[in-house]
Amino acid sequence: MRFLTDRKRAEGKGAAHSGTEHHWYMIVSSVGLALIVPTFLYIFGSALGGSHTDVIETFSHPGVAILTGLVLFVGLQHFQKGAQTMIEDYTQGSTRKILIICVIALSYGMTATGLFALGKIAF
Amino acid sequence: MVQLRLPKNSRITTGKTWPKPEGATNVRKVQIYRWNPDDGQNPRVDTYFVDMDNCGPMVLDALIKIKNEIDPTLTFRRSCREGICGSCAMNIDGINTLACIYGMDEVKGDVKIYPLPHMPVVKDLIPDLTHFYAQHASIMPWLETKTNTPAKEWKQSIEDREKLDGLYECVMCACCSTACPSYWWNGDKYLGPAALLHAYRWIIDSRDEATPERLDDLEDPFKLYRCHTIMNCAKTCPKGLNPAKAISEIKRMMVNRAV
Repeated sequence: MRFLTDRKRAEGKGAAHSGTEHHWYMIVSSVGLALIVPTFLYIFGSALGGSHTDVIETFSHPGVAILTGLVLFVGLQHFQKGAQTMIEDYTQGSTRKILIICVIALSYGMTATGLFALGKIAF
Repeated sequence: MVQLRLPKNSRITTGKTWPKPEGATNVRKVQIYRWNPDDGQNPRVDTYFVDMDNCGPMVLDALIKIKNEIDPTLTFRRSCREGICGSCAMNIDGINTLACIYGMDEVKGDVKIYPLPHMPVVKDLIPDLTHFYAQHASIMPWLETKTNTPAKEWKQSIEDREKLDGLYECVMCACCSTACPSYWWNGDKYLGPAALLHAYRWIIDSRDEATPERLDDLEDPFKLYRCHTIMNCAKTCPKGLNPAKAISEIKRMMVNRAV
């Protein structure tokens, strides 16, 4: 039992003076993804079912390779920040911190793996 | 982790069913959450029958009739009975609202009355709003000025005064905050729609000179940015206000000063 005043309990440790960047990034990346994901899906869908050579040729094209790289990077950054918000909503304490670390590691891991695969195809 | 079931001693049981009024033809069934911290028993739902031919039209009228004529142990807050004080906020038919301005005829079927959700209960329909009020106090709900106080009064144009419409009407009934899932999950840190609506009311007041400090105090992933625009606050507000819009305006101001 801690004898804190109601006001002290409500104010806690005060404001972190952060969050706006996260909020702004989510808005901007949402708009960006709304444009690039459909384009990527169209190209991906067109290449689907083609021969191995055709697929390699499609993703070797600089425009498609850059677009794919952007989808990977921006998409997974968006996922990371969104998942972090979700974890903050539903969990608390050490579980929250561990899950956030896991999501960050997963996002960067998937981005790196995707970019490596893309690099192997494109170059 | 998130808790999916209520603790054993909080699970609601079936309570007492009170007898129907004799000779009454226009009777409404009212089910009310009851919990007494002193008897050590689980919460229960008692059933009452109200003779609507001898009762006022509002839910608060029915509650007062029940307390006066059927069960004097029923406990609830009320004061102005006209939607100004915010005391009689409770969950009626699944909606957080003020019992004094919610008509019995607006409820289809049985009238189910519970205290405001996800708040500690003091007794029966009375929630503990201590933390809610402390959060309101933390946003400094008063005019902060740095300029010397004018000899006569702080002036405000008609246009600037109009910016406060839709904000100053809030009666702090807590219906919005207790309807907000984000507030349920992180109510210890998230200020909630009511406190944030009031924060915005002071931020945009043309006479207030503490906007930077107010925005600084709000810039936090939990205090402000827990709002996910779920909009339950606007849907439930018995005064027809839109706290979600006020919160989005604060977010817009935050972005404008950062970008």
